[in-house]
Amino acid sequence: MIVCFVDDDELSAQAVGFARRLGDVRAVTFAGAYQPAAWAKALAAQDADAIVAAGSDRGNELLAHVGAVLDQPFAANAIALDGDTVTRVRWGGSLLEEAWLHGAPKLLTVAPHTQPAAEIGDVETLDAPDDGSPKVLERVEESSGGVSLRDAKVVVSGGRGVGSAEGFEIIEELAGLLGAAVGCSRVVTSAGWRPHADQVGQTGTKISADLYVACGISGATQHIAGAKGAKKILAINTDPEAPIFASADYAVIGDLHEVVPAISAELRKVRG
Amino acid sequence: MTGGKMVLAADAQALETKHLGFTISPHEECAVEEAVRIGGEVVVLTLGPAEAEEQLRDCMAIGADRGILLKTSEEWDAQSTAAAIVDAIRAEGPFDLILFGNESADAAGFQVGIRVAHALGLPVVTGLKKIEVQGARVRCERDVGGARDVYEAPLPTVLTVLEGLNLPRYPSVPGRLRARSKPLTVVEPGRPEQKLEKLRLVVPEGQGKQAEILEGAAQVVAVMQSLGVA
Repeated sequence: MIVCFVDDDELSAQAVGFARRLGDVRAVTFAGAYQPAAWAKALAAQDADAIVAAGSDRGNELLAHVGAVLDQPFAANAIALDGDTVTRVRWGGSLLEEAWLHGAPKLLTVAPHTQPAAEIGDVETLDAPDDGSPKVLERVEESSGGVSLRDAKVVVSGGRGVGSAEGFEIIEELAGLLGAAVGCSRVVTSAGWRPHADQVGQTGTKISADLYVACGISGATQHIAGAKGAKKILAINTDPEAPIFASADYAVIGDLHEVVPAISAELRKVRG
Repeated sequence: MTGGKMVLAADAQALETKHLGFTISPHEECAVEEAVRIGGEVVVLTLGPAEAEEQLRDCMAIGADRGILLKTSEEWDAQSTAAAIVDAIRAEGPFDLILFGNESADAAGFQVGIRVAHALGLPVVTGLKKIEVQGARVRCERDVGGARDVYEAPLPTVLTVLEGLNLPRYPSVPGRLRARSKPLTVVEPGRPEQKLEKLRLVVPEGQGKQAEILEGAAQVVAVMQSLGVA
């Protein structure tokens, strides 16, 4: 029996899809305030050959607690399990690891957007008594202006090549014309030109846009880890050898300070 | 590790690092910065090769007081990493606050901090973007896409943090000079049997696309129109 923790979301449906290929699945969840250690204790008490969840913030956290409670190994962000051999995602997706997952039950989370989703079906609500461990006390909604980076259809992003905080005016102008969110690389947030909330990358936001426009971004693997969820990538860079071009569908070899305003002007022209 | 391309070593057990630089992972860098801002004695610890002393010295250069290097020659799985850290904390502690990056940039196991908390019988809150120590308690916030979840934990506690918690400072030259003479303890723990036992690393297919070269703004706009975004 495979026990699969589910939330009401797409990643959980993908985790259920993965789990069904391993065996019979019991989908379980919890009610009330999120209390990871207490929920994990209840999960760990289930009789299961494997305990599975989505590779989401919650899923990874819960399975890590289950691993600690049972003193068993836990493989985060798996894409396959064949007997004792697990394949999992590392380096934000730039590298895969094949490993032996010793012990039982098998504990793993499913790497997001690597598996087809399945109908979750019946969900059992497990009881998790409050054990005094930290839990969510309140949820504070954040009012955000503009388009959210995570959900934007188009993201226009700037890197070191933009040169300054003021240099982002042309990026913002193009983003405005496209109804796009503005993003940036880690160099930009480290320099204080943009807030961390704008960062696209392994340690920033992972986007899922139809088009990602990368301006003056060299394309370190950590940046690509956040950008590769985009369906198409257009890179603008003066250096034809920039690594970003190996991940791009479209390339403009040129100075973003000329190319970006020219694209904005062209957009205005075709729209009359 | 920083670089533009993933190249594996001949035995597929690690990345080829000849042409790469090493660095502290972004989440951990924020954890160290936060510890220095909170104040009191700050101890930095890592598990890694002898060369990792350089990263510990970087942390001491921005204000950490001393370092502990758990020196290893191979990669360790999360369970054995956590066990070695627990031994070191028991030997060197007690500590009021034990900070981790939420997940490492390379192994991405999402579990070492949580395992350490369980072994020490401490509470743990993960994935934090804000930490406020208020007397004997700590109030913390976690991003949940458009909202923030608020948690509280009594000290001592384990917390794991994310980049964006703060903007880490760069080490100054005088800071680097001071760091050279700060105490560093080196321990060589024995490597237990690995329960998540790495067989090999694989570079996934699909890296190295052939981008279509566009000349001029008109072609760019034409592509945007064909994608339905302009």
